[in-house]
Amino acid sequence: MPEPREIELTINGERRAGRCEPRTTLVDFLRETCALTGTHVGCEHGVCGACTVLLDGAPVRSCLMFAVQAAGARLTTVEGLAPPGEMNDLQRAFQEHHALQCGFCTPGILTTMTALLADNPTPTREDVRRALSGNICRCTGYEPIVQAVLDCARGRAGRAG
Amino acid sequence: MKPAPFDHVAPATLEEALALLVEHGENAKVLAGGQSLVPVMALRLATPAWLIDLNRIASLAGIRQLDTGELAIGALTRHAAVERSELVARANPLLASAMPWVAHTAIRNRGTVGGSLVHADPAAELPAVCLACDATLVAQSVRGRRAIAAAAFFRGMFETALGADELLVEIRFPAWPDGRRHGFIEIARRHGDFAICGIAATVERDRAGRVGDARVVAFGVVDRPVRLAAVERALAGTDGGEDALRSAAGAAADGLTPRADHHASAEYRSELLPVLARRALAQALTPRRR
Repeated sequence: MPEPREIELTINGERRAGRCEPRTTLVDFLRETCALTGTHVGCEHGVCGACTVLLDGAPVRSCLMFAVQAAGARLTTVEGLAPPGEMNDLQRAFQEHHALQCGFCTPGILTTMTALLADNPTPTREDVRRALSGNICRCTGYEPIVQAVLDCARGRAGRAG
Repeated sequence: MKPAPFDHVAPATLEEALALLVEHGENAKVLAGGQSLVPVMALRLATPAWLIDLNRIASLAGIRQLDTGELAIGALTRHAAVERSELVARANPLLASAMPWVAHTAIRNRGTVGGSLVHADPAAELPAVCLACDATLVAQSVRGRRAIAAAAFFRGMFETALGADELLVEIRFPAWPDGRRHGFIEIARRHGDFAICGIAATVERDRAGRVGDARVVAFGVVDRPVRLAAVERALAGTDGGEDALRSAAGAAADGLTPRADHHASAEYRSELLPVLARRALAQALTPRRR
């Protein structure tokens, strides 16, 4: 068996270190080594989007990266979107619009939409739908999710203006 | 599922990577963006003993224009970088317009141009663009460097002309002539999925407005991207008007035996070919650029 590796990286602003086998995916490292279970592991082959995290601000599938590849990286998971026990405006918009039912896909959708709004603070409905296309939700039918994201963007624009 | 155990090595230079490829041979897989390889490993369709990870080799990524006007893209360049590149938008508008069709944002943030080409999925966008543009794929090994024409690179489903000891290091697109126009379209069950059928097209006109060089490439249909020679011939010399275009596109399925899979039957693909060829050519030939 290959030797386990020691890796160090920054997760949600905190320096973390841990041991992993080369074959350990980033999502398993987050959940099992770092005890950050907010990131969900769904299909394990890059289709569902539940495991999406932000790597240097950009959404990536954490099931399609090995933890060893993330050495030195700066990651944001769903736990990093707001202080512990609190929700940010995007998360509140999801709550207000019932943009989740079982909630399994929600961490991946929140991280994906966080990146969308950082990149494009005033997205159209079409922009949101396009950005959402890589995240599968089996409950909501997506409409409430699109509404929540648009509402959050409007709220941010209003506060900025 | 979880990938089978393997050992991971991330060389800092191309020379080290090439030496590792010789050392480990068939027991190794090359890891670029991992967006196709890691699923294949998770499904245990591939169980390499070694992964040679290219991600530390910074010289393999980048987009530049050469003095010749060629667009050169390093094999490790991520799809997202190509999609956002103003240089690509100027120097190869067909490639630029194909990028948003490649999977989803999260995949494009990791996936690489070289990885997609070497994976050689017959339904992928980038091999079709390379074929339509007569791109050159530059391979390197400890034996040296060689240039492979796109038409010779794709050998079949997931098969390329690359030798076991070779890495794809760069893709070169010939200069884009003034006045060349393009079209790109595909049909998939969901946006971002691999295409059931797609068309990449470029068209040039002469001074009289007649169609000159036309390239029409279908992907997702047979085991590799394929030029639709009958359509290209039928279009050449015409006025490029609606009738000419419809008539030429009607030949799109000539000589092809489309594959059938769980996404679509061969008959459906045969029906899509002329429709999508006509739409892609209409994009290319409409008077105003989109």
